[in-house]
Amino acid sequence: MDGAKEKINAQEKVKHFLSRFFRNDDLKDDDDIFALGFVNSLLAMQLVSFVEKEFAISIEDEDLDLDNFRTIASIGRLVAKKKHAVAAS
Amino acid sequence: MSDELIPAASKTRKPGSVKVLVWDLDDTLWDGTLLEGDAVAVRPGVTEVLAALDRRGILHSIASKNDAASALEKLTELGLEPYFLYPQIGWSAKSAGIKAIAEAINIGLDAVAFIDDQPFERAEVASALPDVLVLEPAELPGLLDRPELSPRFLTDESAIRRQMYRADIDRKQAEETFEGPTEEFLASLEMRFVLSVAQEEDLQRAEELTVRTNQLNSTGLTFSYEELDRLRQSPDHLLLVASLEDRFGTYGKIGLALVELGEARWRLRLLLMSCRVMSRGVGSVVLSFLLSQAKERGKRFVADFRDTGRNRLMKVAYRFAGFREVKAGDVNDSAEAVLLEHDLVRVPPIPAYVDCRLPEVPFDTHPPIP
Repeated sequence: MDGAKEKINAQEKVKHFLSRFFRNDDLKDDDDIFALGFVNSLLAMQLVSFVEKEFAISIEDEDLDLDNFRTIASIGRLVAKKKHAVAAS
Repeated sequence: MSDELIPAASKTRKPGSVKVLVWDLDDTLWDGTLLEGDAVAVRPGVTEVLAALDRRGILHSIASKNDAASALEKLTELGLEPYFLYPQIGWSAKSAGIKAIAEAINIGLDAVAFIDDQPFERAEVASALPDVLVLEPAELPGLLDRPELSPRFLTDESAIRRQMYRADIDRKQAEETFEGPTEEFLASLEMRFVLSVAQEEDLQRAEELTVRTNQLNSTGLTFSYEELDRLRQSPDHLLLVASLEDRFGTYGKIGLALVELGEARWRLRLLLMSCRVMSRGVGSVVLSFLLSQAKERGKRFVADFRDTGRNRLMKVAYRFAGFREVKAGDVNDSAEAVLLEHDLVRVPPIPAYVDCRLPEVPFDTHPPIP
């Protein structure tokens, strides 16, 4: 899968995951999910674990940046980047 | 009790180690066999043992081979039903029931005692679960004097422990049956969070929290009562205790924060929250509060983190709250330790669904060391 498709695919899956926690209707790809104030420690951890498991990547300390997880689009970018790195290595 | 029924492990258990006592019913809790139509009567001394252990904060449960509906009806009629958490009444092996109870209450099997009149049942449990303390009804008269059932401290929490667990059962049920997203469920809990400066009477529970909290614990370092008492009175430290309640009842004291108040920067030496409140977002309330106080006073803000192998959740929480690693830390000079700093540009907001009472802390007028 190329990078752009990878990103779209990841965004869909993350959106579906988050729909269990948020009112999905108004959750856009660029919404700051942390600004909504509903991301507790458990949800943050669940989100990181979900991304690792679903996309078979390992989130390292340096990836644990809020900017990588702030929106559905940024998670999609992170996944595409990590996937690319895995494929290239 | 015959010696071969007592596994070696149970002979060396610590005083106060038992947190739940699991009862058989027929010819143990009451005389007679319920399903044979006997007019069962509570055995002498049992009611007193139930009440006394309950006051000590030791929980009760049931592992009985019986018809669940009639047994529960009988317990209600006897007025004893409120004592029992997660009763396991049915026809499976008692060891399976005891395991289910330990899992539901979230304690180890070495914190469980089991009392039954049938040698077969005692042997089955002793062999399948060697960590469980196995007792027989003949031991009831001396039960309250046993060191395993005598906790070292009785705290405010001890007397209300059963209510806290019952509230938690209701809460979990409400969460499972709640139709809608998590955020609405959290709002429906009507949480009230109180953060206050630790007083002497908080220290036993504070010590217990440093020992028992694994996942939401920033360093995993344990502190003794005496150390905590010293830090509480130290002018350049601030020890905060957090408690939480909601419409189902109190969670008790569930969190602890230790801040070193330096001239130029504050350092969060320890932050921990009980795993029971992991999904409540209250850890971030403490962080938001401290960060905003530091920002107001023009201090820098750093936090210690030490990887214990079980606390990645806390690392994620710190990083997502805006902390960045600045250097390998010096938490007891351990290789796993790091120091994180928050630049205080964007302080995370306090969630709207929690009603917070935050302390008036005299950060600036802390008395100097005489």
